[in-house]
Amino acid sequence: MAELPKVNPEGSAKTYSGFGIPLIFPAWIIIGFFLVIPVAMMLVYSFLTKEFRGGVIWEFSISAYDQFFLYRGLFGDSPPVIEWTYISIFWRSIWQAGLATFCCLIIGFPTAWFIATRTGRNKTIWLFLITIPYWVNLLIRTISMKFLIRDNGPLNEFFLSIGLISEPFHIINTNFAVQLGLFYSYLPFMVLPIYAAVERYNFALSEAAADLYASRTVTLFKVILPTVRPGIVAGCILVFVPSLGAFLAPDLLGGAKNFMIGSLIEEQFKGAAGNWPFGAAASMILLSLVLIVLTFYARNQTKGQI
Amino acid sequence: MSKDKEISVDIQNVTKSFGAFTALNGVSLDIRDNEFFTLLGPSGCGKTTLLRLIAGFEEVTNGAIHLYGQNIADLLPNERPINTVFQQYALFPHMNVTDNVMFGLLRLGHDTSKAKARVGEVLELVRLSDFADRMPSQLSGGQQQRVALARALAPSPKVLLLDEPLSALDLKLRQAVRLELKQIQVQTGITFIFVTHDQEEALTMSDRIAVLEGGRVQQVGSAREIYEAPENKFVADFIGETNLIDVTVSNVEKRKGSCVLPGGAQIICSAAEGALVGSGHLSIRPERIKITASGKGMLEGKTVRHIYLGTDLHIEVSLTSGSRVTVRMQNSTQIKIPNVGQSVGLDFEASSARLLVD
Repeated sequence: MAELPKVNPEGSAKTYSGFGIPLIFPAWIIIGFFLVIPVAMMLVYSFLTKEFRGGVIWEFSISAYDQFFLYRGLFGDSPPVIEWTYISIFWRSIWQAGLATFCCLIIGFPTAWFIATRTGRNKTIWLFLITIPYWVNLLIRTISMKFLIRDNGPLNEFFLSIGLISEPFHIINTNFAVQLGLFYSYLPFMVLPIYAAVERYNFALSEAAADLYASRTVTLFKVILPTVRPGIVAGCILVFVPSLGAFLAPDLLGGAKNFMIGSLIEEQFKGAAGNWPFGAAASMILLSLVLIVLTFYARNQTKGQI
Repeated sequence: MSKDKEISVDIQNVTKSFGAFTALNGVSLDIRDNEFFTLLGPSGCGKTTLLRLIAGFEEVTNGAIHLYGQNIADLLPNERPINTVFQQYALFPHMNVTDNVMFGLLRLGHDTSKAKARVGEVLELVRLSDFADRMPSQLSGGQQQRVALARALAPSPKVLLLDEPLSALDLKLRQAVRLELKQIQVQTGITFIFVTHDQEEALTMSDRIAVLEGGRVQQVGSAREIYEAPENKFVADFIGETNLIDVTVSNVEKRKGSCVLPGGAQIICSAAEGALVGSGHLSIRPERIKITASGKGMLEGKTVRHIYLGTDLHIEVSLTSGSRVTVRMQNSTQIKIPNVGQSVGLDFEASSARLLVD
């Protein structure tokens, strides 16, 4: 049989694609001004010399990067060894952000699935409920959570009163608290893109899989997950990237022991004790990490749409 | 097909309700081994629901379905040796043609090399061997339809369900695929249960047809039986075109009815089961009526208009009783076509008429 010419029955954007060009100028200008210039400034600052009252001296130096990766003794004249302090903060941040992403995925996927499979108005109501907490400022929410999980906070009092535990459960200022904060802050960023993907999912595919002898588990892993993968990947990025740079949850819930990159950077720009070039260098290193993740994402996306 | 042939799918008094809505109401059908069986009816008649019950996507409210003697009520869709060709194909968009077709084989535990060989075989059967590495989105509608068929055939199911698989194809392609489908059914010896609303599709492919309407089986029979001996007005009207003429029935005996036509002529013709004395309807197919000179036929009337259909002509005749009758004539140079407004007689054999139950 002769191959038929392929026409997309859902229409083509070709006729309309030209209209966007003048309209996109404002976006270009905003991105240019408020994204490219600050990032470029950061890059420049990271190679300058620090001024002791905060700020920079316009003199080229790689000491910020040197300080990040290498230790040269108290007076700066010993043979250099690897400085683990900052690398371990980064490593802890990556680990925390990764774990938060994983938790959000495990909880978020069934939630998104549940919402997407409701009918009519129920769907809208559930979506609305998911977004309600996000109308309150993140700072307020994080402080509330700190209050909730204190040693003598309502959560512990409740568990003590029902006799589940005999002494307060120590949550605050632990990695677990940070994890809880990150998970809670970014869960909707996982739910919403997965919801959008599941909503477009054609359930006839699940029926086809069942018809072809696939169990529910096999259907989930071989058919459903690969089909909604773009939503899952988008959700993971949207949780991982801000979690990596988060400073509210680690600051307020984690205490000094559970420092993350976000707090490290924040501190460098605060007051006279700050070190602008060092903060800028740490930001550039963080940015490079994020770019690596995003490159992976972009590759993944193009592979999906053949 | 002989009566004593093994029953493949035995549907016993099946009822299916969705809340207050009854989609199927006491449906019983014996679908035989090796048969091309069609469920035919307008949209909403319950034909797709019945197919989904057989596949296991819906649960029977009442009644039972047996597959080669085994009650399959408790079997999940993935436990039934039945495969489906879905209406919109439902091909896995992230797998190429080979992986799509191989999916069922791998789930059944075939090893990859054996499964690959089987995929090659099936793709050859549907003439898609050159497209094995394509993704579904790179195929035309007709090719996707073949992949869906190949995917369902690959595990060699006992029964193949086809849910309006041709409805998304254009007319020429649809006609070609019909013959191919029938050929594949004969070649593979698999029982096909085919759902369609297209009566032409049903007539050209099926060994037997069940006409469904309002959740009930209206009639089961071969294409010829359904077309020539419809049991009721719905079947007569739905399958092909027909003229329904009001008659007075004076006697019904041994499934023969004596009827008085409008205009007074009398005929004795075959009667559907349950036909009663009194007023009734006679069904006569348009192509079985001949136009004769006025006064020489069973009915009298005036030509109202001609409708040109290419190979055929439809002549609409208004009877003296007021009702309209359509006559189908071949578009041939040898036949004289009556002018509009001309008085004509309409003649037909008694064997072409059928007395129906309302």
